[in-house]
Parts: sequence; structure tokens; C-alpha cells
Amino acid sequence: MNELDRKKLSAREYRGLSKIDGSLVFMKNTHPVGYNELVELIDPDGNHRIGQVLDTSDQAVCVQVFEGTSGLNLPDTKLHFMSEPIKLGVTERMLGRVMDGMGNMRDGIAPPKADKLCDINGSPINPTSREYPRDFIQTGISVIDGLTTLIQGQKLPIFSGNGLPHNELAAQIARQAKVRGSKSDFCIVFVAMGIKYDIARYFISSFEQSGVLDKVALFLSLADDPSIERLITPKSGLTLAEHLAFDLDKQVLVIMTDMTNYCEALREVSTLRGEIPSRKGYPGYLYSNLAELYERSGKIQGKTGSITQLPILTMPNDDITHPIPDLTGYITEGQIVFDRELHSKGIYPPISSLPSLSRLMKDGIGKGMTREDHPHLANQLFASYSHVKEVRNLASVIGEEELTELDHKYIDFGDFFEKKFINQASDEDRSIEQTLDLGWQALSILPEEELQRLTDEEISEHYKGGE
Amino acid sequence: MQNRIIGQVKRVNGPVVIASNITDARMMELVYIGDIGLVGEVVKLENGQATIQVYEDTTGIAPLDNIYTSRGPLSVELGPGLIGSIYDGIQRPLEDLRAASGDFITRGQKASPISHQKLWDFTPSVKEGDTVAAGTIIGKVPENDNVMHCIMVPPRSSGGKLSFVEKEGRYNVDHVVARIAGAAGEEEVTMCQKWPIRTPRPAKARLALNVPLITGQRVIDTLFPLAKGGTVAIPGGFGTGKTMTQHAIASWCDADIIVYIGCGERGNEMTEVLREFPQIIDPRTGHSLMERTILIANTSNMPVSAREASIYTGITMAEYYRDMGYSIAIMADSTSRWAEALRELSGRMEEMPAEEGFPAYLPTRIAEFYERAGMMENLNGTTGSVSVIGAVSPPGGDFSEPVTQHTKRFVRCFWGLDKGLASARHYPAISWLDSYSEYVPDVQTWWDGRSGGSWSADRQTIMELLQKEVRLQQVVKLVGADALPDSQNFIMEVCKMFKIAFLQQNAFDDMDKYCKVERQIKMLRIIIRYYELGSEAIKGNVTLVKIRRLNVVQDIARMRGIEDLDKLMLRLEHSMKQLGELYE
Repeated sequence: MNELDRKKLSAREYRGLSKIDGSLVFMKNTHPVGYNELVELIDPDGNHRIGQVLDTSDQAVCVQVFEGTSGLNLPDTKLHFMSEPIKLGVTERMLGRVMDGMGNMRDGIAPPKADKLCDINGSPINPTSREYPRDFIQTGISVIDGLTTLIQGQKLPIFSGNGLPHNELAAQIARQAKVRGSKSDFCIVFVAMGIKYDIARYFISSFEQSGVLDKVALFLSLADDPSIERLITPKSGLTLAEHLAFDLDKQVLVIMTDMTNYCEALREVSTLRGEIPSRKGYPGYLYSNLAELYERSGKIQGKTGSITQLPILTMPNDDITHPIPDLTGYITEGQIVFDRELHSKGIYPPISSLPSLSRLMKDGIGKGMTREDHPHLANQLFASYSHVKEVRNLASVIGEEELTELDHKYIDFGDFFEKKFINQASDEDRSIEQTLDLGWQALSILPEEELQRLTDEEISEHYKGGE
Repeated sequence: MQNRIIGQVKRVNGPVVIASNITDARMMELVYIGDIGLVGEVVKLENGQATIQVYEDTTGIAPLDNIYTSRGPLSVELGPGLIGSIYDGIQRPLEDLRAASGDFITRGQKASPISHQKLWDFTPSVKEGDTVAAGTIIGKVPENDNVMHCIMVPPRSSGGKLSFVEKEGRYNVDHVVARIAGAAGEEEVTMCQKWPIRTPRPAKARLALNVPLITGQRVIDTLFPLAKGGTVAIPGGFGTGKTMTQHAIASWCDADIIVYIGCGERGNEMTEVLREFPQIIDPRTGHSLMERTILIANTSNMPVSAREASIYTGITMAEYYRDMGYSIAIMADSTSRWAEALRELSGRMEEMPAEEGFPAYLPTRIAEFYERAGMMENLNGTTGSVSVIGAVSPPGGDFSEPVTQHTKRFVRCFWGLDKGLASARHYPAISWLDSYSEYVPDVQTWWDGRSGGSWSADRQTIMELLQKEVRLQQVVKLVGADALPDSQNFIMEVCKMFKIAFLQQNAFDDMDKYCKVERQIKMLRIIIRYYELGSEAIKGNVTLVKIRRLNVVQDIARMRGIEDLDKLMLRLEHSMKQLGELYE
């Protein structure tokens, strides 16, 4: 059957579902329907909903309904198979607007005219077209800039837990992020999946206060919206981000919260379809599915725009080996890990620097980018701080009095590092120089012989301790 | 499409398509689906129905769409022009796809893996009338400054007398360079051949593995060596440096050709290799690393079935170069993603799962893949090797999961990456406690020949010390370091020194990123000598504090950056002697 015939068939209206199960509906005896194509449903009250073909055969078609199936009945629901994938009309004028997961306006104002219709599933970027990201983003947060540097075009998730201040941190990054020496500002695509209204409200008011709201496009699928809508929300957001970055040369920061809710919606659909689960009931394709979202970031050769992703996920039970953080960590270029213990010590941001990592950092820091001593300094801070953990363990066994003089210095270093270097106010915007100098101040507590990862020149220039 | 229709689509479920009305399809046959021509492979036949695994996104494919045959199994095209290229999982050249469809990969694209227009300088190495057999080298083509490509009689040829050999000159790959008058009639040999990816290329015999693959990474070469033709698994949770280790080996190991398979990994990592390798000059050949590298990039967001095929595509190309007598190292990053692709496809085909949803045939597939490695005597009498370095990404960093466990059964070398080391930024984070290499006895002779016999003994000593250190550390955790006698504290001191000065290696430091064999031997010797002399001195009542304060000891800790190691050794002997005399 060719394309034209199928287009004509899309005008056909079908009525009479054979089965409704959760967010899935089944229809028998249709014309040949293409996989993944868009379906329009008209419920008995005459309202339109949209869905997507999940399974198609000559017997029956299985459709996933993004607005949920409540209110549908078997005989009166009407279906149109649109013979095209789900598309989103994108335009720059969506910045400053609040939308639902499918890109419909939520703010009651008329939708802007779309410049372009894009398949929301996107296509993989050809690896030969990618530009390797190496431009440093200054977030003004010491522990990120200094030790887990964010790079333009990177995907760097925040692994958090319930009750930890990941939203404050994400909002702070969104407010403060800048590329030094460039005037072009970030525009932000904010994707909310299954979060509470007051959290969305917090982000909106934070954007409002810093005067960036007109540069933010919000896609909200809140906790009381159908869970299935969460599956399409990040795709809509990323489709707009791709338009802004690669058609309009903008620097785009995509904040996605909370990925855990997205994965749960995926599990829900998978279970409904009776698929064989892999770990903890999550479908075997969770990795590929997450990769299709996360890999939609980066830079393309010959284009000045970029997509930087900051997904936020709450680790169930603070377990970093849970499938969601685990698979995310395998796809993203590093991770920022929150630590409940630091949080209870009153340290903000409670970022545990040892398990946190930025894979793209090595090419984005150092001479000409941040400062010459940055790579070695970061390395030394990691090494020394990891020794602090050992000393603290020892102290808890044999008592602090029994420690050697050197061990005491490590304890002091650890305290300074946590209270002065990591800890900062949620509106404090430190320059990279301030951050690095603070790092040196911390290291100056330790004797010079302990600094084996720094060169003699760096020590003589910056080291202030040792007398 | 001129191809014959062999059936119609019945059902579409993700990358798996069920076809009905199948007239004559063969298992593993390559087929095209729909008018758009998506590439797929027949994986199951039953009652006039075929299950097809599709290598591209199936959006829009509907029941009743036609299925066309390609008249053959999924194959790769082999010939000059492979080196320096970047392919997707089913050998489509990504550069050409980019030229055709732009920065994003669209579906149904067709592109020839190697150029059929480009002219190559062909020099025959046989003459008319010679008798040739499968595998015989009939001519040479300089593929680039670094690789001399041998044109061979295809492995399935029955051989015979050459009735025609082309003169020296410039030809494209389709040009007939020889004709064989065989028993079954005349056979034409061109500069390009096809080979099905799921079938190993034949060789005459397997040889013993006794030459190490030198990677320039001290912890690998000295503690856990890999033999040429061997197999190794690198398991590690995320952030432990699997990819970094693979990059380092791909950059510095002494194989002739590298096949780097990015199987379900990050797009930016492939870009990094693609941008970096042409810039790095191989110290052994003086040419850029890209002139010995073939890249296969099937990133995590590219279709999952092509990910399943990518490792076979890679190893088939490696075997082709092995047949020419080269040693090849394959980096498969990561085999877990490949296993997950198997799982996903198996699930879509509604097969009964075994462990954690993986299909029951997972161990068989892993074994089949690793068995394609080896040091071979080729059909044409040359010797070549394929070494496989497979990364494994265990979920949650837990080595007891099926892929790691099954892989361990089929590899003889294991470089376990440790999360604790990685968070302390001890790189490469290869754990000296979990890792092992069964190749140590095989390559011992080679190493001892280069170290004057000291290597195996020194290696043994340091391994024992590292084991002892673990026990000592447990004691220290309970009672503190002061409670130990100096002789035991000194063991901990030596191990700490060994970790800082030897095991850690900075991949970004020009001097340290590659460590020559001679240097590795000397560095190990210095540490062992330090241990021997120090223990002796402590027996002679020298205190540990005194040893620690020696200038030369500070320098040993920094010897990774010290050029003249012989001088350092002399200074060590001298200082320790002086110290000893002081106490007599």
C-alpha cells in the first residue's frame, strides 16, 4: 500500500473499541495502520484526545492514550488514524509560555503560530556531525564549577532523594548559568513530569524574580495529570529545544524533573501490555528509551547552538544502584549526587563530591578555559577529601585523640572543605577564580608533602600554608 | 526496488516485525521492509510466517506492507578503504549518510560501505599460471601510509590455476584483478569481497598465545597482561573509567589495527575518538592513530537491532585484516548494551526469559563472540591475531549479574574496575584484588627475556605484598597504624608507593600516558629494590621515619615524571647504604 492510499484512509472514522485497559485501547478490523502513528480520539462528550499506536497487526491495533482513558466507553469512542507520527508545532514564541505535555497552551492565551512541524520522536544525531563539547558553563556554585564542571552540550543529571534541595539547586543553576566571555544568554526549556503544582510554582516564581521568565518555555504535566502524559512531555520539550538550538542558534538549558516519574509511567504501560520485565519490573528497553531522551543533547558542527540537559531524578530509597539512576548514569556524561548526611549537617548544596563526576570536564577546564591550575587542583581536592573519609572512619573507631598530627590536619581540611568550599548561599554566585582560590585555601591546611598531584610551580604560586 | 517480494507485514511491535505469506525466506536472510526499504534480518520461520528483526526505526510500517528479499545474509563489504572510516552497526558509512541526509540520521538510507569509484594502486604478487587457493594473497594495495592491504582469494573459493592477473596500475575495487580457472569453472577475483557477519572467517589452525599485547598501561602490562589473540573483560559501574581504559588501549596498544565498536554508548564519546585520533601520532609508526583505526558507532539512541549486529560487523572486519597477517585489537564498548539488545529483541519476540529477562541463549552468544578471537595461522600461511577487549557495564556495579558472570566464563583475563578507586581518582581504577590474568604463565618467557629474568619474581613479590597490605589495613582500622611494628608499616608504605608511583597513570600527561616496556621493568625493579633494601635496613634497626625522610624516597614517589630511572636506582642504592652505615 502506498503513502497516498494511506493518507486517504486516515479520513476514515472508526467507532467501537474492543477493549480498554488502563491507558491502552484496542480496536479491531481497521485498515492497515502504521506503527507509532498518531491517533485522534473523540470521547463520548465530543472532546479530542491524542494517542499513539503501540502495536499494530492485521487483527487489532493497540493505542496508548496520552490524556488517559477515563470517560471513554467501548461503543461511542471514535478514532482517526492520522498516518503520520506525532508532531509538535514549534516556534520561538513558545518561550515565556506555559504548556501541557503535548504543547497545548495552559495559560489560556491563544497559541502562537508554529514555524515548523517536527516529529516529537526526533532522529539520532549522526556521530560524525557532533561537535565535541568543551565550553565551560559557570554556574557560580563552587562544588560544581570546581569539581564537577558543567560543559555546554553536556547531559548532567542530579541524583537526589526525597526532601533534598534539588529544586533549589536546579533553579539556582538556571538563574546563574553563563558562558564566560559570550553575551548570548541561555534560554530554558523546563519539563515537569508528575511533580506537584507547588514545585512548578516554585520554579515559575524563581524564574519570575530573576526576570528570565520570558526566556523559559514550561511543559507541565503535573502530579494530577494522567501519568501517561509524562511519556510525551520530555519529547515535546526536547523537540522545542532542538528547534531553538539547531535552527535558531540558541544556547538551551533543558531541566527535566522528575525522571523517576517518567520511568514509572513507562513501567505502567509495559506492565499493562504484559511485557517481560527486566529489573524491578522495569521494561528491558528502559535503557534505550532513556537514551533516546538524553542523547538529544549536544552540539552540532557548524552550528552555534547547544542543548545542555539537567535531568533531575529522585533515587528511590536513596539507592544509587536502582535501575533508574543506574541506567541514567550509564548514558549521561557524569552525575551530581546528593548526600543526605551533608544535608543534615546544614550544608547547601549537599553534593557529595566523590561519587559526583563530570566526564566532559577534562577538556573544558585548564589554561585558556578556566585557569591553568584547575585540573590538578581538582584532582588533589578529590584525593585529599577521599583520604578525609578514611581518617574519619579511623577516628570513629580509635577515637579522635589517638590520631596523628597529620590526621588532625586532614580532619580540619575536611571541615573547611565542607563548610566553606561546598557550602554556599542559594543566591551566592561565585566566579571560577573565587572557587579555585577557596580550593587552595582548603589545601593550604595540609602540609606541602601531601600535595602529590600538584606541580611545584602551582604550589609555589598558590599554596599558602606550611609555616 | 527491483528485488522480489517474499511476503507481507502482519504485525509490528517495535523493532520486531512478523511477516505472513512467506514464499521462500531463509534464516538470517537480509530483507527490506516497505517501500521505504528498512533493513531487516529473518530470525525465525514458522508456518509461512517469518519474524524479522529490523535495523531501523519502524514508525509508519503497517500490515500489508511488502517485504523484499536481498538474496543473501547480512554481510559486510571488505576491501581497501575500511581503515579510517566510521560505520553504524550494519556497516553504513556515517560520513556518507551525513552527506546524504544531514546532521540527523534518517531512515531507509542506503550507502556503500567502501567507495566503488576511488582508484587504488594495485601491485600483483602472483603471476599467470600460478596455482592459488582460498586465502592466497594475489596483490597488494597501500590503503594508507600505514597499512598495506592484501588482496586475497575469497575464503570460499575452491582455488585453481590463475588464467589472468592484472598488471600493476590504478583500479577501483570492482575491477577484476585476477581470474582463476578452477574445477567449477572460471572465477573472477576483485579487490572487494563480502562475508556474512555471523560466520567466523576460516583459518588453518589456532596457535598458542605467548606474546603480550603491550598497552603501555603499567597496571595492565605488568600485573594483568593480555596476550595477543586473547580475550579480556573490563567490568565496572558507571564512572569507573571503562571508556577511558578502552581509549587508552586503543591509542597506545601495539596492535597493527584497531576496531573500536561503540555499542550502545554515548554519542559524544564516539565524537571524541573521531576528533582526537587523527591528531594523535602513533609513536611506533609515526602516523596518525586514525590510519590504523576503524570505528563502529551505534550509539545508545540508534536502533537497538543494529546494536546487536554491531559487534559481529566489527569482528568480521577484524578477521579480514587478520587474514592478511596483522594483529588486531577490538574494543567492544559495551558488551552489556549488546546483551541488553538481545534481551529487548527476545522480549519483543515473546521468548521465555532465563535470568533477569535475558534469553537462555545469552551464554552461547557470548561464547561464540569471544571464541572468534585468537592467534591464527591463516589459510595463506601468514599469522595474525584478533584480541578482544570487551567492556561490561554491570547494573549497579554488581559483578554477580548474568552478563558479567557469563563473560567471566569465556574470557581468560579480567580487569575489574573499582568504584572506590575511581572516586579517589585513582586511575586506571583497575582493582589489583579482583582482577586476574590467566595469560601470566604464557607471556612470562617474553617478559623475562626483556628484563633479564627479574620480571616474574618481581611481579610475584609485589602481588604478595598487595595481598598482605589488605590484611594489615584491617588491623590498622581496628588499632591504628602506630600499633604495628615498623617492618609491617613499611609493607604498607611500599604498597602506597607502588600505587602512587606505578599503578596510577595519568592519561592526560604527555610523559605518563604511555609507558614503555623497559620503563615498566625498571620502575617495578626500583619499587622492589626499595622494599628489599628498606626491609633489610629496618632489620638493622633503622627507623621507618628515617627511611621516609630520604630525598630519594620522595623522588621514587614522583618517578612517573622522572626521565633517568637508572640514576634514580643508583641514588636509591647509595642512600640506603649510607643510612645502613650510619646505624652500624
